[in-house]
Parts: sequence; structure tokens; C-alpha cells
Amino acid sequence: MDIFVQQLVNGLVLGSIYALVALGYTMVYGILELINFAHGEVTMIGAMVALAVIGALLGMHPHLPVVLVMAAGILVAIPACMALGYVIERVAYRPLRRAPRLAPLITAIGVSIILQNAAMLIWGRGYISFPPILPQGTHKFMGAVVTDLQVVIVVLSVLIMLGLTFLVERTRLGRAMRATAQSREVAELMGVNVNTVISATFIIGSALAAVAGVMVSAYYGLAHYYMGFMLGLKAFSAAVLGGIGNIAGAMLGGLLLGIIEALGAGYIGDLTGGFLGSNYQDVFAFLVLILVLVFRPSGLLGERVAQRA
Amino acid sequence: MDAMLTVENVTKRFGGLQALESVDLSVRAGEVYGLIGPNGAGKTTLFNCMTGLYTVSDGAIRLDGTAIQNRKPHEIVGRGFARTFQNIRLFANMTALENVMVGRHVRTRAGVLGAVLRGPHTRAEEQAIRDRAQSLMEFVGLKNRGRTLAGHLAYGDQRRLEIARALATDPKLLALDEPVAGMNPNERQQMGELFLRLRESGITLLLIEHDVKLVMGVCDRVAVLDYGKKIAEGIPDDIRRDPAVIEAYLGGTGA
Amino acid sequence: MRNAPEWVRRHPGFAFAMLAVLLAVLPFAVGAGLGRGWVRVLDFALLYSMLALGLNIVVGYAGLLDLGYIAFYALGAYLFAWLGSPQFGLHLPFWLILPLGALLAGTFGVLLGAPTLRLRGDYLAIVTLGFGEIIRIFMNNLDAPINITNGPQGINLIDPVSIGGFSLGSRHTVLGIQLFPPTLYYYLFLAFTLFTVFVAMRLQDSRIGRAWAAIREDEIAAAAMGINTRNVKLLAFAMGATFGGLAGGLFASFQGFISPESFNLMESIMILCMIVLGGMGNIPGVILGAVLLTVLPEALRYLGDWQRATLGHVVVDPNDLRMLLFGVAMVAMMLYRPAGLLPSHQRKREFRAEDGAAEQEQASLYDAKA
Repeated sequence: MDIFVQQLVNGLVLGSIYALVALGYTMVYGILELINFAHGEVTMIGAMVALAVIGALLGMHPHLPVVLVMAAGILVAIPACMALGYVIERVAYRPLRRAPRLAPLITAIGVSIILQNAAMLIWGRGYISFPPILPQGTHKFMGAVVTDLQVVIVVLSVLIMLGLTFLVERTRLGRAMRATAQSREVAELMGVNVNTVISATFIIGSALAAVAGVMVSAYYGLAHYYMGFMLGLKAFSAAVLGGIGNIAGAMLGGLLLGIIEALGAGYIGDLTGGFLGSNYQDVFAFLVLILVLVFRPSGLLGERVAQRA
Repeated sequence: MDAMLTVENVTKRFGGLQALESVDLSVRAGEVYGLIGPNGAGKTTLFNCMTGLYTVSDGAIRLDGTAIQNRKPHEIVGRGFARTFQNIRLFANMTALENVMVGRHVRTRAGVLGAVLRGPHTRAEEQAIRDRAQSLMEFVGLKNRGRTLAGHLAYGDQRRLEIARALATDPKLLALDEPVAGMNPNERQQMGELFLRLRESGITLLLIEHDVKLVMGVCDRVAVLDYGKKIAEGIPDDIRRDPAVIEAYLGGTGA
Repeated sequence: MRNAPEWVRRHPGFAFAMLAVLLAVLPFAVGAGLGRGWVRVLDFALLYSMLALGLNIVVGYAGLLDLGYIAFYALGAYLFAWLGSPQFGLHLPFWLILPLGALLAGTFGVLLGAPTLRLRGDYLAIVTLGFGEIIRIFMNNLDAPINITNGPQGINLIDPVSIGGFSLGSRHTVLGIQLFPPTLYYYLFLAFTLFTVFVAMRLQDSRIGRAWAAIREDEIAAAAMGINTRNVKLLAFAMGATFGGLAGGLFASFQGFISPESFNLMESIMILCMIVLGGMGNIPGVILGAVLLTVLPEALRYLGDWQRATLGHVVVDPNDLRMLLFGVAMVAMMLYRPAGLLPSHQRKREFRAEDGAAEQEQASLYDAKA
């Protein structure tokens, strides 16, 4: 039972990070019907930039308060990723908006590779460890150990998601986004500047990715130029699980996927009689993706997207 | 005469929008059947339901007695029901002849092994596909345009090519979605003649059209859709005098 | 042939004879001129040509994006290793294992494609991407509790291809000429590449090839013309996978050693890049892309030597630069030359059509009035 609760907590933490990244996929997909393959890499860049800032600050002033250092890292990473998201859309996707479907998918992969390898050239091939500045406090919760960091990640994610929901549901920009997602042509006729809306979508998604990137690197204590790939793949699976194009779906899908993964990794050894171990953790997201596509391609909360070539 | 195609109680909803409401139709073998109605009446939606592009929310569609609603488009084509599109959907970067050859797909068999080995049987089949496609090009009046890219053909010729491509599937029932839209009177008349030749060759025609004059001229019977409902069905002369039809076309709009 | 130069069209027999002689003496010329290491590069160029031609059936012909193509290559390679190495003590003949590997890969292609191909194309891209990673994870971890793949260390001492006692894995002297394994494998790979080219050409110009082209152009219209789009797409996917498996088996026997390392995502991307660079859907273009992207990284190594010579140390590892350049090439090609260096006629039109679409609509309205 303790293991169960512990894995549930771990899953919730992971899941809220997945949800933040999944939101970026789902918002872009909702508006452009494009899988932004480079989104995972934006997350990675967010982590790298934040780490660089944090490292530099600590180098200069080793005794700055942790909150200040972390805030500085995040506050630099967010605009950096926003700019990156904007540039990616302008350079790699916008010129191809009327091209055959294959074209933007290929540039998306190209951008993804460029970002990975640029990061590798800048920050090196090895793992970069997160400085040990975070508080190590723990709490007991129903037999499980919960760290301060876990609490912060979950609370921050929930706040961000509430903020996003408010933005989409209650603001002018949100209304324009929803209209554009319904029909780009009609929105344009109604006076919505579609290009601005698309740029805004990429920028917002990238900001969320930046935060998620910092969270992931803080949580695992590591960052790596390749970290965006698996994270992106999982977040995309989460978006599909929730129903791609659906914002609430991305949140739900993210949380669920995190929990499935944590429970799966915790119990796979018992389930397979020790044949498969927790090193198969990464397989779960993919299995979920396949199963959803087979049995409910519209996802848990989504509209039917199958058969619209 | 037997009914070739029957539409029974077909309803189609998109989310909250009711696009078709309990529509009944029956098309007899050998006739030219017209489907008219104001914009947004649900004509194309009905076409898409009949040809398997949309699933129906309720009701049945039968071709020669066999239910075809919610079947895959290729199965419906296989049963002898082909169509054209209102907003021409040719394979624009293939040649005109290749477009028609694609239409033969459903009536031919060669698979991967046949394609790779290219034995006498495959070669004969390929030649037959080509010959048939060529003769269909001639039938619709595009004899010498075979090597032209479909996308480069003049607008009227693209419409004809779509018909040739659909004919290549050997349909007994051919559904044409606004085949004369955007054509000049001269072209319209030629198209009308093509319809009559199609009927002579034994193909039943189902026609969506805005051009009421053309419909009244070539159709044996006509049905009128308005707001997703059938408001009239009968021979053209009766339809012309039907008060509900006059209301639908002239009334509500205040014209 | 349609885009062949004039003199080739005029004297096809002569042109083919020239090509045949060129391909026959190439390994000797390259070995003598550039060193024996380059014969291996040549072998890889052929291997990648096969892979690229196989993936081209999926991407170029049917217009489906497969990002996990290397997984099929891995399946073929691992099957070869399992049935022809000390790993399980099996040493079956290559003519049995190669087709089995192709079959295994093709089967996985069907299993993976069947649920995903009825959805829109982007899903296929992401599912194949995941599949590639999953296969790698399994290869990496299936060494315990039962040792199937030998984990990250990989499988060693894989049997070389041996034809009637004549092993391609050892040195031979024929008519006084020394033949080294890379040269021997060159001819084997050449034969398989030519076979692949032949199959791809025949498929392209067939009932199936037309159906692929139709689906790529307009899937809904293709379905409405009686094409069972799901099956035809599945066929393309399975064909591509089969060729991947075949190439994998050849790779395993050539290297004599395989590990999960050789089958990472970047390999899939590189093969895709070859197609994009060379010209999607066009066989000569795809081969050109494969050869260029196999040879260029080798040539890039000189960049390292050059840095060492002029700057005293290597500032930027050319190997690190390689993938970055691939990424830039993919984006740049899509933006500026989307049909590739040697485009197929039809592709060129497709990618051009998008600019012309508006004008075309105008023109057709005008035609209607005229």
C-alpha cells in the first residue's frame, strides 16, 4: 500500500510536468493541426538556459537566497523560450502553411535536430547536474514521502493551468484562439489577426515548456541535450490521451500518463514475474499512445479527429 | 421500375447541427434523378452520406436492396456507385489519363507481385486499363488531352475528366455534384448532352444542381431539399408548380 | 528515363554498358585512389541507398511519414544475429535468414501500421517515432533475466555471408587479384541495391503505384474512386519495412557486430534526410541523397584534421556538426527546394502547386467564362 501511494505521488508530480508540455502540443495542434515536433526541444532549451543562469549567479554570489536564484533562472528561461517558439513558427512553419502536409512535419524534425545539436555544441554531450541548492525537506503523507520540491511542482503547475484556462476562456486573445481553432478562415473574416494568434499560441506554449523544463531538471537533478526528445514524446502521448486539441484534455492526459507510468514502473516487475524491470518505464507512454489510437483515437475528452485527411 | 437506390429516413447530425432530417428518396434504375435545393439545404451532405464519406446518424441507404450506409467509400464504389465532387477533386499533378486509370483500380487486380514480375497477365491488364481509360476520355470529349496534367486542364475539361474518372469504376449509378457549376451556357448544353448519352449507355444518374432549367430539362424526376428536409419529389412539371418549392426558393429570403 | 540526358536516351545500350563497367570497377578505383577505408564507405553508401529506397516507398510514393524506419532495419539485423552467431549457437545459411529478417520486419510493419494508418498522417509519424525508441529500449534491456539481445554490448561474431563455401568475410585471391571483404560485400550490396531499384521502379509504374500517388495527392478523392486507402497505405508501409529488414540483415553480416547504438533515432532521421535532400519519390534522387549523406560525413572528418593542423586543436568536432548540418539541410530544403536536388516530375509539380493555387483558381474562372 505504501508503494502504491508513493508511486501515485511520484506519478502526480511527473504528470503535472507532462501536462505543462502537453499543453503546448495541444494548443498548436488545435490551431494549426500540426505536431510541433520541436516542442520537446524547447523544453530542453528552457532547462539549459535556466541552469546556465543559476550556475552563473551562484558562481558570482554563492549565498543568494534559493528562491531568488530559482526565480532568476525561470524568468530568463521563459522569455528565451518564448522568443525561440516565435522564431520557430516564423521560420519553419509559417512559410509552409499552404504546402503539402509532409513539408512542415519535415521542417519540424529539422528544427528539433538543430536545437538538440546546437545545445550539444553549447553545453556539451554530458549530463549537467542541477546545483544542490534546493531544500531537501520532506513530509509524510499517507505513508508516502513527499518532498518540498514535489509540492512546489504540483502547486505551480496547477496555478499555471488555472491561469491558462482563464486566459483561454475569459480574455480577448483566448477568444481569438478558440475562434481560430474552430475555423481559421472564418476567424480571419471576423477580423481576427490569425498570424498574431498563431504566434501567441507558440509563445504561450513555449513559456509553459520553459517552466516544465526547469521543473524536470530540478526534479531529476539533471539536464541533458537529449532530454527533450523523450519528454516531448511522452507529452505528446499525454495530449493524445486527453484528446489532442483539447486543453483540459492535455491536463488530464498529462496527469493520467504520469500516474500510469509511475504505477507501471513500480509494478511491472511483479506483473511480469521479474522478466521486465523498471527500465521499461519509457515504454508505457508509447503503449498508452498505441492503445488510445486503436480504441479511442479522439482521446478521453476530444472530438473525433480520425478520418479527416 | 425497380428502385436502384433508396434513402430511408436518413438523418445526419454534426454535433448540435441537424444537417439532414429523416430524408427519404428512391432512385429508379435507368432514370436521371435530380436533387435541388437552396444553398445549405443538405444536398452535398446527403451525397457524402450515400458515398460513404460521412456516416449517417440514423436511417438506411440501400443500393439494389443492400444496405450501404456507413460502409467504406471503396466498398460502395465496388458495388457500382461512383461520384464526382462539387469542388473538383482531381489528382492535379497526375496526367488526365492517369487520373482515369486510377478509376480502374477497383475493377483490376494486379498486386505487388504482379507489378514486380510484370507477367503477361499483368501486362494485359495494364494495357486494358490504358485502353479503357483512353476510350472514356474520348467518350467525355477529351480525346487528345490524355497527357495534360489534370490541374492544367481548363475548368470545364476538369469537370469532364472527373466524370471520366468516375466512369472508369464501371458504375451503374453515377452521382454528379453540381457538374455544370461555373460553366457557360454553351458548355452547359454540351454537358446536358453528355448526361443523356450516359443514360443511353444504361447508367442511372443522380444529379445535384443549382441550375433549375438544366435539371428540369434533363431529369425524369426531381426531389427538393430545404433545411435538411425533403419538401417535394416528383416529375419536373409538378415540382415547378409545387407551392412549398416556390416558397423555399422565393419565399423566406424576401426576394 | 524521362529526365535522362539526351545522349542516354539516344544510346541506352551504350549508357547501360558504361554504367555497368563503372560500377564494376568502382571499388578498385576507390580503393587504389583513396584507400581501402573508402571501399567500406562505398558499401555503406549502397546499404543506405537500399534503406532510402525502401523508406522512399513509404514517404515518397505513399506520402506517409515514417520516423522509426530504423527499427525495421534493427529487426532484420537482430534476426540475422540471432540465427547466425554464437549468441544462440545457431548458424543458419544467409539465404534463409535474410528473407526471414525481411519477413519479420514486414510483419512488424503491418502490426504497427494497421491501427495507425486509418488515422491522419501525423499520428503515423509520432507512433513510428515511438516504435523506433521502443525497439531500441528492448534491445538494450533484453539481456536479463534471459539473455536475448546481450544488451548494450550487442551481439558479436555474426556469421559473414557465405556463398557455397566462399565466405565474403575473408580475403580471397581470384585470378591473381586480391579481394578484401569490403570489396566482396560491395558486389553483394550492389546486387541487392539493383534489386531494390528494380522493385521500386516496377512498383511505381503499376496499378499499386498509381494508387499510392492518388492517395498522396488527395486521400478522400482516392477513396471515392474505389481505392481501399487503408490497405494500400499498409502495403506501402509493409513494403518499406520489408526492405528495411533486408538491409538490416546485410548490415549485421557485413559488420559482424551489432548493438542498439547503431539503431537510434538519428539514423532514421538521416535516412529521411537522404530522401528529402535527393528528391522524394525519385529513384535517382534518393540514391544521390544516400550517397551524398554517406560520403559527406566521411569527408567532414578532414575538417577535424584541418582544424588540428591550423588551429592546433579541434574546436568543433565535425561529428557533432554533422547532425546539426542535417537539421539545417532539412529545413532549408523544405523552404527553398522542397522537391529535392533531383526532383521527380510529379513532386516538383506538387510542391510548386501551392504557390500557383490561387492563380490557378483565377485562371480556371477565366476559362469558364471564355
